Amino acid sequence: MTALLDLDMLWVTGKGGVGKTSIAAALADVAARSGRRTLVCEMDAKGALAAALGEDDLGFEPTEVSPNLHAMTMSTEDALREYLRLFVKIPLIGRIGPLATTFDFVADAAPGVKEILGVGKLCFEVRERHYDLVVIDAEASGHIVSQIGAPKVIADLVQVGLVRDQTQWMLDILNDPARTGVAVVTTPEEMPVTESAELLQRLTAETGAHASAVIANRVLPMLFDRREQVVVEQLESALPTLTAAIGPGAPMVLEAARLTDARRRTGAEHLRWLQTELQRDAIHADLPIITVPELFSRAPGRRVVSLIADGLAEELDVELG
Amino acid sequence: MSDLDNLLASREMVLVAGSGGVGKTTIAAAMGIAAAQRQKGKILVLTVDPARRLATALGLEEVGNTPVRIKPAVFKQAGVKVRGQLWVAMLDTKAGWDELIRRHAPDDEVRDAVLANPLYQNITSRFVHSHDYLAMEQLHDLHATGEFDLVIVDTPPSRNALSILDAPGRMVDFFGSRLLRWLTVPYRSRLFTVASKPFYQVADRVLGSRFLQDIAEFFVLFQAMESGFVKRARSVEALLADARTAFVVVTTLETAPSHEARFLAQELLKRNMTLGAIVANRVLPNELAGAAAADSAEALRYRSGRKLAESLAAQLDDAPVAVVDTVLTQLAERFDDVALVAARETERRAELASLSPVMLDVPWLAGDIHDIAGLGGLVDRLRVDLTEI
Repeated sequence: MTALLDLDMLWVTGKGGVGKTSIAAALADVAARSGRRTLVCEMDAKGALAAALGEDDLGFEPTEVSPNLHAMTMSTEDALREYLRLFVKIPLIGRIGPLATTFDFVADAAPGVKEILGVGKLCFEVRERHYDLVVIDAEASGHIVSQIGAPKVIADLVQVGLVRDQTQWMLDILNDPARTGVAVVTTPEEMPVTESAELLQRLTAETGAHASAVIANRVLPMLFDRREQVVVEQLESALPTLTAAIGPGAPMVLEAARLTDARRRTGAEHLRWLQTELQRDAIHADLPIITVPELFSRAPGRRVVSLIADGLAEELDVELG
Repeated sequence: MSDLDNLLASREMVLVAGSGGVGKTTIAAAMGIAAAQRQKGKILVLTVDPARRLATALGLEEVGNTPVRIKPAVFKQAGVKVRGQLWVAMLDTKAGWDELIRRHAPDDEVRDAVLANPLYQNITSRFVHSHDYLAMEQLHDLHATGEFDLVIVDTPPSRNALSILDAPGRMVDFFGSRLLRWLTVPYRSRLFTVASKPFYQVADRVLGSRFLQDIAEFFVLFQAMESGFVKRARSVEALLADARTAFVVVTTLETAPSHEARFLAQELLKRNMTLGAIVANRVLPNELAGAAAADSAEALRYRSGRKLAESLAAQLDDAPVAVVDTVLTQLAERFDDVALVAARETERRAELASLSPVMLDVPWLAGDIHDIAGLGGLVDRLRVDLTEI
């Protein structure tokens, strides 16, 4: 399997709220710091990527946010404009506004049309080798299959036309495991791991894309080894002594550690379940599960991304410049 | 009566909303049990894609669009006493759409043509947030039958919780939209419309006229069903704003879910819909953020020597002093992380509480709930009157 950062194109997805954008930004940051010319693109234009990278705003035109790291947000209208300019050779710059609005109506209803403009733009960047790596902060797991599968849907549904003609080269890039990969981000909780397992099945069944890794985010550290665990459990019986020594908050101090540890154990069970699920399918049996620790930090931002990037660099065995 | 029981007794419909993964399904199921404990009638929980273990616990393996009753024996076995009947149904989106088409199609010909259209499934799964609309449709249906005294809906997970509120309106808009009118004008005459000509030329080159025709054909069929769909969507919309309907917003106190919960609560108020309660799920004990706990953690961190470890070790079975000492150090070191999370949660909880007449907390429990007894325990937590604490 091609190492994550040696791909040409890496799609980062996962259930909403698992920290997908921070992970995508951190992966791009690691790639850029290891000397790769990197583009990171947010697909849903919610502004989360700009926040993660500490930028006020990102547009369709990539901005170099740090050495080697370029960032953009996808815009269907801009992608259409660029597409028409590059491929249809229609200079419609003045009239494209209302045209794009009307196009939007059709694109909304016609399966795969909107998606293929975004996917096509990114595949184009890959084909033209403008970057060593394109990292995509993709749609949440509910939508990624229709996004990455758009060229296939178009190829199946549309019989003629320019869009149809151009699905093949996109599929060549998207379906090549040495060039394109999908990283599924999860947290060690029941719903996210269930959704991740389902997503991996759907990716294989409905698209030609290949999964490259599962990234388990916000994994709690192991606080106590087995011998220490026993002591923690028994400390309950010695609470009066502990309270006498450190004050009336002693039960809460103990409770804090117990809660964290219980949460960690539940989380570990969910990750084990996911691992077992992966092993049931030969295609995913060797899929690495990369762990990112819980950072207990405040709102996601540049600092969080750097911290995750440091952790990822170690996990991925990447030398940072 | 607790706030929870008041809420459930005074409504005919309760919609449980919130972002994905916050425990909506579990809370909806617990509310169903709570209602069945206090009310004699028929209560239905309409759920979407429940976590598998919960489905098994509720005997939901084979459940589809048709409500099934949870057997009294199941409650008895779990030690949960109920007076009413608890029924459960699961939302099946695909079957739901087919049913809608069957209902609204003016004749068999249109019905069969739509169901057989290759674009049908692709389009219905994409446009106007069809999951959301279907949930609202099914709610309307069930309410209209008058078969149930209370219907609790576990709304579909959606990226924007508001889309469930807007779904009926969007359906109406869709049928009145330029897109639909434009697509359904006969192909030829459209070519000569001056305004759409440049667009059409480009669209034709990019997408191919065959594909555009396929789409148009589908929408012509669809338009034949307009009046049925629009009428239904309007009454679904009215039902959402009805005084007998209340929303319960479920959230955890993490950043993203509580942000979305706050937004949803504000929007409900803005639309004059009833916010019955906000449920904060998986809440850490707030004493964790208190001064006493912080002082104790600090005292533990700056303890001198091993005296404390020694005196504790003496009370524990076979615990080596060194291990006890390591544990004490860890307890002190790790406390801040948890206290920070707890403090942040307290802040967010206060923000949410200011928006809702009723705020219910569910403490963080070790492990997920996956049986009726577990749900019964959850109900007890929901009944705790927080103002008395």
